[in-house]
Amino acid sequence: MPSPGYWRGIPSRLRLEAVRCSSCENVVYPSRRICPHCHGTKWEPAELSRTGEVVTSTVVHVAPDDFAMEAPYVLALIETPEGARLMLQVTDCELNEIGPGTAVNLEFRRIRAEGNSGILCYGFKAVPAG
Amino acid sequence: MAGIVGYGAFIPRHRIRSEEIARQWGKDAAAIKRGLVLEEKSVPGIDEDTITISVEAARDAVERAGIDPIKIGAVYIGSESHPYAVKPSGTVVVDALGIGPEVHVADFEFACKAGTEAMFVALGLVESGRVEYALAIGADTSQGAPNDALEFSASAGGAAYIFGKRDLLVDVLETYSYTSDTPDFWRREGRFYPRHGGRFTGEPAYFRHVTSATRGILKKTGMNPEDFKYAVFHMPNGKFPQQAAKRLGFTKEQMETGLVVVKMGNTYSGSSPTGLAAILDVADPGDKILLTSFGSGAGSDSFVLQATELLPQRRTTGRKVWSMLDTPLRYVTYGEYAKLREKIILND
Repeated sequence: MPSPGYWRGIPSRLRLEAVRCSSCENVVYPSRRICPHCHGTKWEPAELSRTGEVVTSTVVHVAPDDFAMEAPYVLALIETPEGARLMLQVTDCELNEIGPGTAVNLEFRRIRAEGNSGILCYGFKAVPAG
Repeated sequence: MAGIVGYGAFIPRHRIRSEEIARQWGKDAAAIKRGLVLEEKSVPGIDEDTITISVEAARDAVERAGIDPIKIGAVYIGSESHPYAVKPSGTVVVDALGIGPEVHVADFEFACKAGTEAMFVALGLVESGRVEYALAIGADTSQGAPNDALEFSASAGGAAYIFGKRDLLVDVLETYSYTSDTPDFWRREGRFYPRHGGRFTGEPAYFRHVTSATRGILKKTGMNPEDFKYAVFHMPNGKFPQQAAKRLGFTKEQMETGLVVVKMGNTYSGSSPTGLAAILDVADPGDKILLTSFGSGAGSDSFVLQATELLPQRRTTGRKVWSMLDTPLRYVTYGEYAKLREKIILND
C-alpha cells in the first residue's frame, strides 16, 4: 500500500465514511459505485457508529511482514448497527475471547508502518466492549 | 469569558507493575514503590502512539462539546513522543476528526508541560476572537531508558480540551506561567531516550517552578489554597506532587482525585491534563480547580478553573479516567513490555 493509495483512502480509513444506497437503504463500507444489494447507483453519505458485533473471526498466525510483530492476532468481520460490514483486526484481547456475537468498540489505531522510514498508516481496529 | 466546552481522555489498557520492572533489574520493589509512590503504569499497545491517543481523547471531547468539529479553528498537540520527527501529529488528528481543512495546526514541545502549553495558546486564540473553537491535546507514549528510574514511571495516555466562549463546562478564571533555563531533563536530537539530572530534577527544577507558578497565580487572583475543591500538579511520580501540595498548603483530599500517577504512571505531556480530566469527571458546579503543570527545561503553567452547571450533564457521554484506570487492564511481563515498546533490536 504505497503512500498515495493510503492518502486516497483517508475518508474511509480515518473517518469510517460509508454510503447509504438511495434505492435499498443498505449501508456499504467503503463506498462503491454500484450497490451490491440492489445494483443502485445513487448514494448518500452515512456515518458509522464506533461500535459493532463480530460476525465471524479467525486467528492469523503467519502474518505479512508488516504485521509480524502482532502475530498471532484476530481478524474479524464486524457488523455495525447501521448494517455495514468491516474486516478489522481485533486488538487488546485474548485470542479465544473473540467469536460470533462478541460486542466490540472501534478504536483509532496505527495499522502499519511503511518500513522503518516510510509513512505511518492509521485506521480503526476493534477492541472487546466493556 | 472563554473556557472549556469539551474534554476527553484516553489511557491504553496494558499495564506493567512496578514489581515486574524491579524484578527485571534486580531492584528492591518495595523501596521503589515507597520512594516513587507508583503501583503500576500504562503501556501503549504496539499499535498505539501519540496520534491514536490524541484522536481517541479528542473524539470524546468533541462529543461532550456537542459541536460540529469543522468549527474548530486551531488544533495544537503537546507531546515529546510525536511519531514523526517531521510531519505534525495534528495533521492526522484533524482529518480523523473531520476538522478543517481551514484550521491552524501545530505540534508543541516543552517536555512534560507541552499539553498545558497547547491549552494556554488555544485559550488565548479563543479569547482574542481569532477562532471560535480551539482544540488542545497533551499526549505521550513516554520514553524511559531501560534500568533507569524513569522506567518505573514513563507511561502512555493523554487528554484533550476544546476551548470556546459559549456553553462552557469549565470557566478559565486565570492563567500564569513561570519559566527559566534549568537543565534538569533533556533529550538531544537523534537520541532515543531522555537524560536527567537525578536529584537535580527536584528542588531547582520541579519544586521551584511548580511552587512559584502556583504562588504566582494565587497572588494574581487573590485566592488561597482553601478556596479550591481540587488541585492537580504535574506528576513525575507519586511523591513530588504530594510534597509540592503540602508545601503550598493543599490537603490530601484536594489532591487525591487528580492523583492518577499511582495507577497510570507519568504520561509526560498528558500527565496533569489527564489529572484534570479525572477531576472534571466528578466535579460539581461551582467547584474551583487549580492546575499547575511542569515541563523540564523548565517551566510551569497554572490555571484557575471553575466548573459550571453544564458540566454534569455533558460528561454523561465519553470515557471516565478512573474507569479506564480500573478496568479493563492487561498486565504484561517485562519481556512483553520490551516488545511493545520496541526495545528489542530486530532485523529489517
